[in-house]
Parts: sequence; C-alpha cells; structure tokens
Amino acid sequence: MFAFILSRILQAIPVMLVVALISFAMFAYVGDPVSIMLGQDFTEAQRTQLIKDLGLDQSFLMQFSTFIGNAAQGEFGLSYRLSRPVAQLIGERAPATLELAICAASIALVVGVAMGVYTGLYRNSWLSRAFLTFSLVGVSLPPFLIGILLILIFSVWLGWLPSFGRGEVVQFGWWSTGFLTWSGLKALILPAITLGLFQLTLIMRLVRSEMLEVLRTDYIKFARARGLGNRAINFGHALKNTLVPVITIAGLQLGGIIAFAIVTETVFQWPGMGLLFIQSVGAADIPVMAAYLMLIALVFVGINLVVDLLYFLVDPRLRVGRGAAGGH
Amino acid sequence: MASALARAFDSDLWWSFKRSPVTVASALVALVCILGALLAPWIAPHNPFDLATLNLGDAFKPPAWAEDGDPLFGLGTDDQGRDVLSAIMYGARISLLVGVCAVVFSTLVGVAVGLLAGYLGGTADSLLMRIADIQLTFPSILIALLVDGVVRAAVPREVHDQIALFVVIFAIGISAWPQFARTVRGSTLVERNKEYVLAARIIGISQVRIMLTHVLPNVIGPVLVIATLNLGFAILAEATLSFLGVGVPPTQPSLGTLIRIGNDFLFSGEWWITIFPGIALICMVLSVNLLGDWLRDALNPRLR
Amino acid sequence: MPPILEVRDLRVEFPTRRGTLTALDGVSFDIAPGEVLGVVGESGAGKSMTGAAIIGLLEPPGRIAGGQILLSGKRIDNLPYEQMRRIRGREIGAIFQDPLTTLNPLYTVGRQLIETMQTHLPLSDKEARQRAIGWLEMVGIPAAAQRVDSYPHEFSGGMRQRVVISLALCAEPKLIVADEPTTALDVSIQAQIIALLKTLAREKRTAMMLVTHDMGVIAETADRVAVMYAGRIAEIGPVRSVVKSAKHPYSAGLMASIPPLDRKVDHLAGIEGSMPRLSAIPQGCAFNPRCAHVFARCRIERPELLETGSTRAACWLYDPASEKQAPEVMRHV
Repeated sequence: MFAFILSRILQAIPVMLVVALISFAMFAYVGDPVSIMLGQDFTEAQRTQLIKDLGLDQSFLMQFSTFIGNAAQGEFGLSYRLSRPVAQLIGERAPATLELAICAASIALVVGVAMGVYTGLYRNSWLSRAFLTFSLVGVSLPPFLIGILLILIFSVWLGWLPSFGRGEVVQFGWWSTGFLTWSGLKALILPAITLGLFQLTLIMRLVRSEMLEVLRTDYIKFARARGLGNRAINFGHALKNTLVPVITIAGLQLGGIIAFAIVTETVFQWPGMGLLFIQSVGAADIPVMAAYLMLIALVFVGINLVVDLLYFLVDPRLRVGRGAAGGH
Repeated sequence: MASALARAFDSDLWWSFKRSPVTVASALVALVCILGALLAPWIAPHNPFDLATLNLGDAFKPPAWAEDGDPLFGLGTDDQGRDVLSAIMYGARISLLVGVCAVVFSTLVGVAVGLLAGYLGGTADSLLMRIADIQLTFPSILIALLVDGVVRAAVPREVHDQIALFVVIFAIGISAWPQFARTVRGSTLVERNKEYVLAARIIGISQVRIMLTHVLPNVIGPVLVIATLNLGFAILAEATLSFLGVGVPPTQPSLGTLIRIGNDFLFSGEWWITIFPGIALICMVLSVNLLGDWLRDALNPRLR
Repeated sequence: MPPILEVRDLRVEFPTRRGTLTALDGVSFDIAPGEVLGVVGESGAGKSMTGAAIIGLLEPPGRIAGGQILLSGKRIDNLPYEQMRRIRGREIGAIFQDPLTTLNPLYTVGRQLIETMQTHLPLSDKEARQRAIGWLEMVGIPAAAQRVDSYPHEFSGGMRQRVVISLALCAEPKLIVADEPTTALDVSIQAQIIALLKTLAREKRTAMMLVTHDMGVIAETADRVAVMYAGRIAEIGPVRSVVKSAKHPYSAGLMASIPPLDRKVDHLAGIEGSMPRLSAIPQGCAFNPRCAHVFARCRIERPELLETGSTRAACWLYDPASEKQAPEVMRHV
C-alpha cells in the first residue's frame, strides 16, 4: 500500500515539473515583467536593481530552481494588476471556489450516479428516455448559458434566488464560509447547479453505458443462473463492477469542476479563484496565471492520487503483485 | 482517400440517416444555421455593422410579437439599436468560422502527431503521447484560456486586437489535438503491422508515402467522427472564451460576445438581447452534436 | 422413475429486423434423475440455446414461442421471473463455458458461495461459511479453509472452473445444465474437470445436461446423447448406440469425424458443406442439402423422431412408409 502510494507520487513529479516549467517560462519570458513592474518613470539604477531582485541576471537553471523553491512555499511574487502578493490573493478567494466546487461535485456525483444506474437498468422506460434527452441537452448547453437561463428564471422572473455574489459569509480565521448563513446557502444554489450540471450529465451517461456493459458480462449471467435476487445482482454485482471505470473518469471530471468554475464564477460574479484568473487573463497578469496553473495541476495530481487509492480499494486484482494475477 | 470517403458514405450510411428522424431534423437545423451564417451579408434584414443605418431611437425594441415590438426587427434590438436577428446571423458567421478553423487546425496537428507517433514508435512515440496525456489531464477550456492569456501578455495590445481571431483559433485548436493524435496513433499501430504495409516497405515505397496512401485512409473514419463531435465543442469553446471577454475582438462579435453584451441587460428586462443568441448557439451546437453522435454510431457502433 | 426434466416440442424464436428466426424447433427430450444427457452438434445448432431456455435465461429478444418445459412434472417455461429465480440455483444449477469470466472479479469465492447458499437455504453466516469451505474441498481445491477468502483472479483457470462447479452445486439442485464446461480449458485440465463432474453427479444423484461439441467428453461421461442440427434434434439414444452405430446420416458423419485412438488413419471422414444459417433453413429435413441419402420426401416433409431400434432418429430412412421410395443415391443403408 505504502509502496503503491509512493510510486504514484513519484509518477506525479514529472508532470508537476513540466507544469512548473511552463509556469516559469510564462513568468520569465512572456512580456517584460521588468517594465511592467517599473511603470512609466524609472532610472537605470532602479531597473538594474529590479533585475537583480527578480534574479533575472542569473542562469536559467538557477532561476528555475529558485522559482520551484518559491513555488513550493506558495511564493509567486506580486500580481502585476493588483500589486499584492499572489499567494494572498489566491488564499482569499480559495474558500469561495472550494465551497462551490464541493457542492457542485456532490450534486453531480449523487444525482449523476443515481440517474445513470436507473437508465442502465430500465433502458426502455419513458423516464430513462427523458433522462437521456436531458443529458444530451446538458452536454450541448454551455455552462454560461445554463447560468444565464437560471438567473433569468429564478432571479429575474421569479425573484427567488440571488443572481450574484456569495451572500453573507462567516469568517473562520482565513477561511470564509457561506454554509452557515441563510443568504449564503441561497446564493450557492444556482452557481452549484450551473457548475454541476455538465459533469452530472457526463457521469450519468458514463454510469449508464458501463452498467449496460457490465450487465452483459458472463458473471452477471452466472449470478442470475445462481438465482440471486435482482437487488443483489444490480446493486451488489453490477454496480460495484461499474464503479471501477466510473471512478477514474468521474475523478477527472470532478477535477474539471475546479477549472469550469472560471465560467460559472464569471456568470454569477462569484468571488473565487476562477474570477481572479479570468481577470488576470484579460489583464495579462502573468504571476497570477502561473500560480493558478500550478495550483490546478496540484489539484489534478491530488485527485489522480485519490482515484488510484479508490481503485485499490474497489478492485482486488490491483492489490496483489502482478505475478500472482495470471496463473492459468 | 477519395475511395475511402466513398466507402464511408455508401448506401448503408444513407439508409441509417433516413431511418433516424432526429438525425434528419438536426441535419436540417444545422443546414439552416450554416446557410444563415454564410449568407448573412445577403439575406440578413439589416447590417448591424453599418453605423449609418443604426438609430439609437430603435434601441431596446422587444421582439416583433411583443406589445411594443416593431415588425422591422423580428427578434428586437439591442442597446445600440442593432437588429438582434441580423447580429445573430453575423455572429454565427464568426462562431462557425472560428469553430471550423479550430477543428481543421487540431485535426491537422493531431493526425500528423498520431501518424508520426504510431509509425515511428519508440522514444518519439512515448514522448509525444506523454505530452498528449499530460495535456488531456487538464480541461481544454483551461488550456485555451492559458494560451490566450500568454499571447495577450506576449504581444502589444494593438497587435493583439488584429490577430485576436487567429489567437482564438489557435488556442481552441491546440486544446483539442490530443484526442485526434491518440485515435490515429492507435489505428496506425494496428495498420503498421499489417502485411500490406510491410510489403510496401519491402518494395521500397517511402515511409511518408506509405503513411499517406496506406495508413491514413484507414484511420480517416474515426477522425471524421471526432472532428464532427469536436466542431460542437469548438463552437462552444469559442462562445465561452468570448463570453468571458477574452475571445474574439468586440469589433467582430460572435454569438458568445452577443450573449455577454446582452447579459448586462438581463436585469433591466431586455432578455431577448441575450436569450436569442443563446438559443441560436444551442441550436447550432446541439444539431452538430446529434449529427456527430449519429455518425459515430453509424460508422462504428463500438467506437466510444 | 418419472423424469426430472421433460422438454416437449420446444420452440424458440428471435424476432429480428428481417423477420422472425426460429432458433429451436420441435425439440423434445427428457432426463431421468441421476442421468447424464450429452447434447452435441456444431456451433449454432442450438445446444446452448436449449440450455438457456431451460434455466429461463434466453438472451432477449429470444423467447420461448411454443412447447413446454417441465421440471419434476411442473411447468417452468411460463413462470413469472421471481418464481423462476427461486428455481435457478436451487433446483437447476448452471455451469458456463469460460471460468475466467463467469466469476465476479470483485468478490471472494467464499462470498459468492455464501450468497448463493443463503439465497436459497436458511443458513446462518457461520454455517454458510463452513459449507462454502466444505464445497471447495469437495471440488478439490487444496487448503480450502484459506482459499475461501481468495479472489477469483488468484486461482488458475482449472481451479476457477472447480469453483464454478461448486457454485452450481452448492444449493444442491437436482439438475445441472453444463454448457461447454471444458471447452475453454487446457486439454490436460479437461479430463480432471470431467472426472470431477461425473463423480459429483453420481454422488449427489444429480441429473446433468452436458452441452459440448466434444464427442470424446460425451463418450466418457454421458448415459444418453442427443445430436442437434439446425435447431432440431437429429438423433437421440444411449451413448453406446449413437457412437457405435448412429442411424441418422448426420450423426453417422459426426461420429466418423472422431479420430479413433486405437489405430492410425490417413484421412478423417468429414461432412460436405456447412450447417444452414437460421434464416435459410431448407424445407423438409434441414440436413437434406448435405445428405448422401437424400430422396424426394426429404425435400418436402420434415421428419419427426422415429424409432430405429436402439435410438430414435429424425430421418425418413426409418419410416416404413418411405421404403417404397428409393433413395436417389444408395451408398449403404
């Protein structure tokens, strides 16, 4: 188990290094950070000093290792746009994005798996057909349009739910939460649905097709031939086997939620990292973009690790060494 | 290649097309969208870019069927007095242009990389596929945003506005190539070891020619399917970028731009400025996706 | 003794886009308690389909369109799903072809045994586990007390088929439908599995329907044998009679294609042509295009199973009424 985790972490290191290299290249070579930071009036001495401060006179390898060292400590310099430490900016906005992502992911997983199982088991019922049509529309509808439609219906026409912002938040140290106030919870509903809907439809379609695949296998036929009840077959044997591929793809999809939050946060003016990122792209604020890229990469690597661990728990074939697996 | 296409579009395909009413309907919708977009300068009721004909007095007119609608402006007008229907038609033009170009771009890159990786094998293969894997880990919209952001930082603002359209095409195209590369590589690996390729090699036909004349025609079917499914994605990606304000320049508004602009008026009750472009976008993407789904099932039911 | 299983005029149909295919037509046989009936034929002859129809698990859209299946004298072909489910495993056990795919990879073999037994028998967890270990021992799994907690992938193919056999037997059914139980196994393992099946069937007095295309397995194991061709039974009778002196030209040809072990032959007799597709079964006797003894009546009328002395064969050669008509080609009768 420990060796397994360790090997997975080792595999993730090259990925993180590649991403770090890209981030660093953006930092060092895109645009001219020196003139951006100096502004209009500066002396040559100031310029030289800044180049020295930024370490731009050092060799590539030196600069890169300094960058990685700083990045590991969450140090990404100052935002060009806001002239504040990037880490601080991201730290302020992380709770908003994370709370939104957790809600969206829960909706997508719970509802998506349930609908997928239902449509897989009762292929021909009218409800299944309705779900499938709905999923096709869900995949074709861009998230921002879903957001706009929800705002139009529930905020503008019905006036039930707020259309922007987080509502009232409660501060716990550096973490701000919207879970504890009524207005905070109300503000979460529309963005969470918007963000989760796309992943929901994907998960549903995935679970459905895997379910259909598994129901065709010999071991399910054999389970029927042994006279097991439908409940045991569908939810014990079939669903558990469906989980193996579903975990991987669902895991990656949930990682996608963090990234898609950019769009949702823009629609709902949700004060999270995505909104910060899109403002930075618009203003070519490289340090924030680089830091955000690293953070997303970290999230994805983390999710991959969790996915591998879940695999490990679900599928006994992975638990033994490869040697024992194929003894015919 | 012509024969491969002819084989792909033989009577079976046509038969399965006619049998599926949803497919026929989406083909019609797609056709209407594409024709409306292509012919916009000739058939659009107004020219939304002709400042001379714009009249601020016409601003915020609701759709023609509403109480104080104006029959001149079927789907109403926006804050500048532009006809929404005409703006949609011109916008769809940009959306379609960017979508098609981006798909062509990613197809070319992906097919080339896939052929190379599959045919060369070894280190080149593992390196290229490792890159594809790493990129696939990240949502493509994020890649497109990053590419756009980097270009924005790298070139001065005036230059950027001029090349913005190409930047968007490049950004979306580059975010989608790994899918093509993977599929093509897989098929190439299968084809490469077949006897006819071996035979062609032995009689001294050049590697490039073998790839283009023998291997490529055999992988064209799946590529066609992925390209169709990707067109929907590319149009959506462009709309998303433009909605976020980092896509096409405001001087050439696409459907996404129109939705973003209209979004500001949602609360003052002028819903039509944003909803109609949205509906147009949905129709376009949904019909293309349905066609892609059908094509996938018709060409190869096992392909996922 | 009354038969444990009676199949009467069974007909299975598959509605398809191009019309309805008849996969089984007029199949009738019975199996006595403790008896092993071998069912042979080429692939597509309907052997496995017959087994699937008996356990009530025909692949949709396949359906029983006529005839009856009786288990201990009670009809089971028209039972509702839930009642049939109680019979499966409890009264009819099934063994499938490929042991690598028949076991659920995510559950231990013990758990699969226990859930099967507890579905049908009132056993506590502890009793069920004890019995599971007992069954694994009985089918010859060494160190069963430890192996009960192993996953299927930790067993070899032959051992997995032993597990499958224990799963089929663990609720002590009166009848086993074994569909090609040795086909997917190594030749060296096949004999062991057959020996095990034979021993267990005798010990437990379990009747068995053994579907296979391997005549060697049939000769070794079966008491009686049914030869199937194009969804019909061509000949049925005691295994010795069918192997030694088959009456139907098709079964005769099939038997002639078995390589004899006691002498060297240069050439094995085959049967010209191939079995018709279900969509193109000829009128009259389905075998008539390939038959060396064909005559006019074979092309028009379909033969029922006729007494031939030691066996019953669906062939007009054995109808006294046909004697007036001379076969077109007479090689030997």
